Amino acid sequence: MRIMIGRIGEWFDSRLQLAAPVREIAEHPVPRNTASWFYVFGSAALTVFMLQIATGILLALVYVPSGAEAWSSLQALNHAVTLGWFIRAMHGWGSNFMVAIVLIHMVQVFLFGAHKFPRELTWILGVFLLLMTLGMAFSGQVLRFDQDAYWGLGIGASIASRVPILGPAIVKLMLGGPIIAGATLSRFFTLHVFVIPGLMIGFVCLHLLMVVKLGINEWPMPGRIVKRGTYEAEYHALTKKDGAPFVPYAVWKDMFFAAFIILAVAACALYFGPFGPTGRPDPTIIQTVPKPDYFFLWLYALLSLLPPSLETPALLIGPAVAIAGLLLLPFLSGEGEKSWKRRPIAVLTVMLIAITLGTFTHLAAYTPWSPHMNAWSGDAVPDQFIQGTTALERQGALIFQVKQCRNCHSLGETGGQRGPSLDSVAVRLTRDQLIRQVIQGGGNMPAYGKNLSPAETTALVAFLETLHPKGQVPAHDASRDLALKDEKQSGSQP
Amino acid sequence: MSTKPVLVPSTETAISRRGFLMKLGILFNVLAAAVLAVPIVGFLFSAITRGRSNGYLSWVQLGKIADFPEGETRLATFRNPYVMPTDGTTADTACWVRHIAGEQFQVFAINCAHLGCPVRWFQQSGLFMCPCHGGAYYQDGSRASGPPERGLFEYPYKIENGLITIQAGELPTPGAAIAALTGEKPPCAS
Repeated sequence: MRIMIGRIGEWFDSRLQLAAPVREIAEHPVPRNTASWFYVFGSAALTVFMLQIATGILLALVYVPSGAEAWSSLQALNHAVTLGWFIRAMHGWGSNFMVAIVLIHMVQVFLFGAHKFPRELTWILGVFLLLMTLGMAFSGQVLRFDQDAYWGLGIGASIASRVPILGPAIVKLMLGGPIIAGATLSRFFTLHVFVIPGLMIGFVCLHLLMVVKLGINEWPMPGRIVKRGTYEAEYHALTKKDGAPFVPYAVWKDMFFAAFIILAVAACALYFGPFGPTGRPDPTIIQTVPKPDYFFLWLYALLSLLPPSLETPALLIGPAVAIAGLLLLPFLSGEGEKSWKRRPIAVLTVMLIAITLGTFTHLAAYTPWSPHMNAWSGDAVPDQFIQGTTALERQGALIFQVKQCRNCHSLGETGGQRGPSLDSVAVRLTRDQLIRQVIQGGGNMPAYGKNLSPAETTALVAFLETLHPKGQVPAHDASRDLALKDEKQSGSQP
Repeated sequence: MSTKPVLVPSTETAISRRGFLMKLGILFNVLAAAVLAVPIVGFLFSAITRGRSNGYLSWVQLGKIADFPEGETRLATFRNPYVMPTDGTTADTACWVRHIAGEQFQVFAINCAHLGCPVRWFQQSGLFMCPCHGGAYYQDGSRASGPPERGLFEYPYKIENGLITIQAGELPTPGAAIAALTGEKPPCAS
């Protein structure tokens, strides 16, 4: 049997002649200390990419990239096709894992100084692979053609439209027409299934080829300085003195981690199930609160928090600067220390970016800037704010609800968070200040002058004045007492 | 038979002839690529070029004036005038119709002027609120608060035989308000 297999193998190899180069690649020497668990993320990213291709092909057997039918075909996958829900869940979770692993891989490579000479091009291709991974994540969200996808495209179009002069043309090119519709889905399908994956396969091959040709980045030692003139000779000396064949010396860790990641994706898919689809992509259904997938939540938060005047420049210049920075990085710091122990600015930069993105993502999870559209009718004024109030104040509480103040202001921790909580507003603002704020608005608050009668304003402010902690005196304008006193005195004199 | 011996002796000219033919081959392919590029580019950019001749905008009916009581703002829906067979429900569009008085109307796009999310009307407080990033607008569409830099987009409208019609067909975005295409400046655009 074994002889038979050997013969068949020989028959093929005498024609293909691939055995020798494959063996050479598999057994190329790597520095022993790179056989580390820190070096498994690249192969894990490749594993998830292959998983995405496999599950993607399976989904394409049923999915219909038509604006009229995509949503129904996803419902069929979820409910009618055997294990369709699981393949969808694997693809969705695979996408989340892929974005996360690619980012971790990038941070590891950066902290280990692998972007330095002579691996600049490997890094640059990696930056493009990151951008394409994010492109796949966004276009994949569009293919899940539901309400979030529809309004997400609207946000994309609104951002693109802000490009000077070319904006409107870019929007039509992106949407494939004047509105978000069937043509839009078709072109995102083309991007997601043909264009970006094709480019990615090519880029991954080049990325890997360079890893093999230039050798894996050695474990960085503090004090071992990279110099263009001497690095390559030093690296070859290192692999000669302290090298081991990649297979099997280092590869077993990659294999273990790859299997672990596949099982982790499957476990998430099994436990959490597929993502959506949410409601039908029908723009006449406006009772919707669109939200992007987790990897774009930080952007969602940023778009809410940037001052309006800064938004367009930040949206258009920000990404260009960030991408240019990443591409230029290996040329700006192509030599010198590789170890993170001697690169405090590199470590701090990574931490700063991680904390910033983490904070924005966390904020976007509960969107304090969005009005709660149903708070005015859904969240009642808590009892403690009503007890012992006068008829006028209760009328004010009613107006407070009916005029949707609650959509932006919380009372007793329920309601919107767009504006400040009003639990103790009477301590902060005097009666006159409350009236002015209600009628004229200001800060981030609309003016209600046109929508409140004088009687309603009086009642509302009377209610707001009761909102202070027990035993704490409400804010109060001392000069007003004096003025009123003077008025009384002068009034009583004649 | 007689041509063969003539060509063989001068090898130098034979090489330059091959070289020339290869260059000619490259040139021929460049020409073919250029010929092919014309329809490809035309096809790819057709979404833009069609719009330039104003091919996307048309007048569409929203309904009878009587359906929109005076002093109120109501949701209306219409089918986009430019439809492809695969559009499905996405070609249905919503808009807010504010009947001010008589034949005076304002028709607002559903899309927030910030990033296009669907704004909702609150009759009691007289505000449009956006669920995405917290934009708010007054009843006349002017900006009240939040990230939008301008008021709501407005569709040009006309009243004919008791019917209200609007000029629509394009997704309004901050970069290209409908007003800019029709040359009509909405009151809230300043």
